[in-house]
Amino acid sequence: MKAKFLVPLFLFLGLVGFLAFGLTLNPREVPSPLIDRPAPAFTLARVDDPSQPFALADMRGKVWLLNVWASWCVACRQEHPVLVDLARQKVVPIVGLNYKEVRGDGALDARGMALEAETGLAIERARRWLAEHGDPYTLSVLDIDGRVGIDFGVYGVPETFLIDGDGKIRYKHIGPITPENLQQVILPKLEEVRRAG
Amino acid sequence: MRADRIRLPHAAARAAALTLALWLSPATAADAPAADVAPTVAADPRLEADVQELAHKLRCLVCQNQSIAESNAPLALDLRNQVREQLAAGRSKEDVVDYLVARYGDFVLYEPPLKGVTLLLWGGPAVLLLAGVGWLAWRVRRRAVESAAVAALSEAEHARARALLAGAGPADVPPSSESRESRS
Repeated sequence: MKAKFLVPLFLFLGLVGFLAFGLTLNPREVPSPLIDRPAPAFTLARVDDPSQPFALADMRGKVWLLNVWASWCVACRQEHPVLVDLARQKVVPIVGLNYKEVRGDGALDARGMALEAETGLAIERARRWLAEHGDPYTLSVLDIDGRVGIDFGVYGVPETFLIDGDGKIRYKHIGPITPENLQQVILPKLEEVRRAG
Repeated sequence: MRADRIRLPHAAARAAALTLALWLSPATAADAPAADVAPTVAADPRLEADVQELAHKLRCLVCQNQSIAESNAPLALDLRNQVREQLAAGRSKEDVVDYLVARYGDFVLYEPPLKGVTLLLWGGPAVLLLAGVGWLAWRVRRRAVESAAVAALSEAEHARARALLAGAGPADVPPSSESRESRS
C-alpha cells in the first residue's frame, strides 16, 4: 500500500512497452490471407512468346517464386540485381508476373487504348526492360489489366510469392527483396518448403 | 541549414522527422501503379448506389486510411471496378465482400468482423467503461464512509465549536481532550 505512488509509473511503463512493440511493426505490411492456400489459377500470355499461354498448373510439382514486377516500378530496379543473382545460382525457378505494364505507368495515358495495342506496347516495354537490366525469369507473363494481381492480393509492386509443388502459396514478400531478406527469410523458407514437400 | 533545423518549432521538426521516416520506410519503396482509367459509373443509379455503399465500407490497401470510394489510388479504382462489375453480374454484396476478404484479408473491411482475435477490440471499450464505472462507484462509496467518520463530532467538540463561533478567543476555550487532532 505504501508504494501506491508507483502505480502511475508502472501504468506508464506498460504503455511504453506497448508503444515500443508497436514501433517494431510495419502497418503497411498487410498479412495475406492466401498463405497456405492454393494460389489462384490463371492462364496468361508469355512475354517472350505471347501466342504461348502459361498456366499456374504448368508449375505443378515444382517449388517456385512468382515475382510481380513492371518496368515503371522503381523499387523493382532496386531488387532486380538480387533476382538476377539468384537466377544465376539456379536455386529456384522465378516466374515474372508483369503487372499493368502500360496502364500502371503514370507517365502514360492508356485510356482509350485498344487492348491489342496495349498488349503490343506492354510486350515491347517489358522485353526492352529485361534486355537492359537482365532477365532472371524462367519466363514472364503479362497481367495487362491487373486482374491476376487482384486475385493474388497484390497491392503494390514488387511483391513475391513462394509457391510449393501443390500450387499452394507458402510465403509472401511485400516490397523489394534485399540480399538480407533473401538470405535470412526467403531461402530458409524455400528449404523448409522443399523438405516438407 | 543545420541551424535552421534547430530553430524549427518543436512540433514542426517532429512532423518533418515523421514525414521523413514515413518516406524512408521500406514498404513505401514499393511502387503503386498510377491511375489509368477515368472513374466509371454504372448506368443504373440503383446499382451505382450499391457500389458506392460497398465502396465506403472497403479499405484502400495503398492509402489505408481511406475507403476505396474516397481513394484515387489505381488499386482503389481497380477494386471499385471489380465491385461494380460483380454487382452488375448479379452477385450479392456479401459475395463481393467475401471475394475481397479472400484476397486481401479482414484488413480490407473498415468494420472488423466479430471473432476470437477481435474480441478485445470489440469488447475492450465496454470492459474499460465498466471498470471505470466500478472504480468510480468504489471511490464514491469510500469517500462517503470517510466523510461520515469525519463529520461525527463528539458533544464536547460541538460545545467548543459553538464557543468559538460565539466569539470567545481560543485561549478561553480549553482544548477538548476528545479533540481528534491537535492543531497547535
